[in-house]
Amino acid sequence: MKDIYILAYAQNPIVADAKAANEVELIMPVVHQVFKQTGFTQNDIGFTCSGSCDYLQGAAFAFVEGLSAIQTNPPIKESHVEMDAAWALYESILKIQMGDAETALIYGFGKSSPGDLPFVSTLQTDPYYMSPLWPDKTSLAALQAQLLMNKGLLTKKDMYEALTQSISNAKNNPNALVTAMPSEDDYLTADYLSSPLSAFDCAPISDGASAMIIGTEEAAAKLGLQKIKISSVHHSIETSNFGARDLSTSESIIGLGKKINLKSFELDFAELHTQFTYEIPFIRGLLDLGNIDINLSGGPLAGNVMMAAGLDSIGKSFELLKNNDFNNGLAHASSGPCLQQNMLVHLEKIND
Amino acid sequence: MIEAAVIGVGQTKYEAKRRDVSMGGLVRKAIDKAMLAADVDWDAIDAVILGKAPDMFEGVMMPELSLVDAIGANGKPLLRVHTAGSVGGSTAVIAASHVCSGNFDTVLTVTYEKQSESNATWALSPKYPYSPHINAGAGGYFAPYMREYIRRYDAPENIGWKVAVKDRLNALKNPLAHLQIPGIDENMVAETPMLWEPLRYLESCPSSDGACAMVISNKKLAESRNAAWIKGMAVRSEGTLSAGRDEVNPQGGQDCAKDIYDQAGITNPFKEIDCAEIYVPFSWYEPMWLENLHFCDLGEGWKLTERGATEIEGDIPFNMSGGVLSSNPIGASGMIRFGEACLQVTNQAGDHQVDGANVAMGHAYGGAAQFFAMWIVSNKK
Repeated sequence: MKDIYILAYAQNPIVADAKAANEVELIMPVVHQVFKQTGFTQNDIGFTCSGSCDYLQGAAFAFVEGLSAIQTNPPIKESHVEMDAAWALYESILKIQMGDAETALIYGFGKSSPGDLPFVSTLQTDPYYMSPLWPDKTSLAALQAQLLMNKGLLTKKDMYEALTQSISNAKNNPNALVTAMPSEDDYLTADYLSSPLSAFDCAPISDGASAMIIGTEEAAAKLGLQKIKISSVHHSIETSNFGARDLSTSESIIGLGKKINLKSFELDFAELHTQFTYEIPFIRGLLDLGNIDINLSGGPLAGNVMMAAGLDSIGKSFELLKNNDFNNGLAHASSGPCLQQNMLVHLEKIND
Repeated sequence: MIEAAVIGVGQTKYEAKRRDVSMGGLVRKAIDKAMLAADVDWDAIDAVILGKAPDMFEGVMMPELSLVDAIGANGKPLLRVHTAGSVGGSTAVIAASHVCSGNFDTVLTVTYEKQSESNATWALSPKYPYSPHINAGAGGYFAPYMREYIRRYDAPENIGWKVAVKDRLNALKNPLAHLQIPGIDENMVAETPMLWEPLRYLESCPSSDGACAMVISNKKLAESRNAAWIKGMAVRSEGTLSAGRDEVNPQGGQDCAKDIYDQAGITNPFKEIDCAEIYVPFSWYEPMWLENLHFCDLGEGWKLTERGATEIEGDIPFNMSGGVLSSNPIGASGMIRFGEACLQVTNQAGDHQVDGANVAMGHAYGGAAQFFAMWIVSNKK
């Protein structure tokens, strides 16, 4: 099996409302940045894959519009997932491993500002039995958080700590959207959107895009940069039937932790795709992460571009390994209500 | 590269409105048939790959999330593909890539569309705040390309009618096909209303509900099955608008075809490919794709159609199943082409079987004739 390396990553400054900026204007800057980091042009890319979701902006074929941001003459090997771009990365890894490409360009973009995101996300639930009840994304997360509280696995204090740590870390991320720290009093007295979650517990509505380039060991060696390897990547999904899941745990996340052999290396940090405060202590417990630093980039609570935020966890892990005295990082991407679908990635710094 | 083969194909009956099943029920019908044909149990399935066209066709956002149980993906890796009209083909390619990467032994892939849940032309005509609104639908988009083809090569009007008749006569031999029009002939087609010149009503595909599934495996299982071995597969994309782009004969289609022919060692597709399921949603795409896919020289495609070369008994049979012109559950339409190619080389195509078919091609395209997915399958490893 071929080893896969991350060669470059870029993220746009995350904004609350990109206004009239279209897909091309969101994507082009990050694609240009990863090309600049590698010295590549589109001609050096063997496979291109993107992640986006039409329902965010309310029009079909967002990815077709987005394709205008890159050079497609001559025609390219290209595909698209209606998922977070972390899964576009996964598809690209398969293409390199099968020998169809040596390098891949991945990008994800999302513009949640034109719609009402929690309300729109309701359409992800079962169309016959669930979505007619209009359970919005925040309410479904609240259901999980409340269950964890009822079982004594979570307190408001844990959630506040997750928030303050994220916002404090976000001060190091020039692209972060939220950097204002609420006082404990403000946090505890904030009105609930859906008990026990207030607006402070929810990732902000965000617009933006991110891009990444990966390649084989040969491609990484040619660039002569610090080698950051994707040592292991696995993903899985659980049923959409909330009643059939024990929402106080996650078979998916625990199973993936075993698959990437989390106990076999000394972990330096974790970047988690956590869109609600409670998910940070929850996943910390599920994966037995102890006191490992989580979301040193600020994570989604400081800026959460739908369809790019999972790729951002992986990209931020790449940057943390590259720029610090770290050797092993864990990245997490998720999709669906109540962490229904998850991906775990083990990234490793390789010293020649 | 690790070898992969299709060991089971399953399709639903294609109809305008499948009111008897939910979306989950629809995909499960195709899956059950594919797994039965493959003679595999759920334990054998290592990953599930689902493809469909825009979510607005049914009004369900990222429907794979709520289809998890119906498609047997609970606890497994699940990937959702969307590459416009080519999605059924590109989903098959991505599913096979799972096996060829060496990470998976056997995968299940399924594609569907339940167009009766919504209105496709509405969903295909998005109104962006920053660009002009074209309420054209797919036929309106492609008609100018066909008018240009006719102008370039001085093709007679009845070529489109011939394709429409040929594919619907083939559909009469396929009990799963949506449109069943006994007695169809060129006069009947010519008398139907003009929708988008040069396309008349009967020269256009229907809106269908339906699903298609396949089980793809490496040699561990495939060597003991009636398998269709994948000899070449590829995708290509090009931008919607760019200076010099030839919409009539897109470079992406040519490059994609050359890629799979090279992989399969094919130097003369007209002679070496026994039959092909090619994405022809509107009649004139048959002669256009004959040329684009290098079955003949430019300007010669309509002559092949005219002399009956694409009929089931012809030199290069196209769309023996009735094609997209007879059944079009958009998200599945590409995979139906890929799956029908497998049925041909494994001698399972029933009344629309081409005698002695050993090598077959599956093809799908989408967007503004800009996304392409193709493969070559053979009954020999």
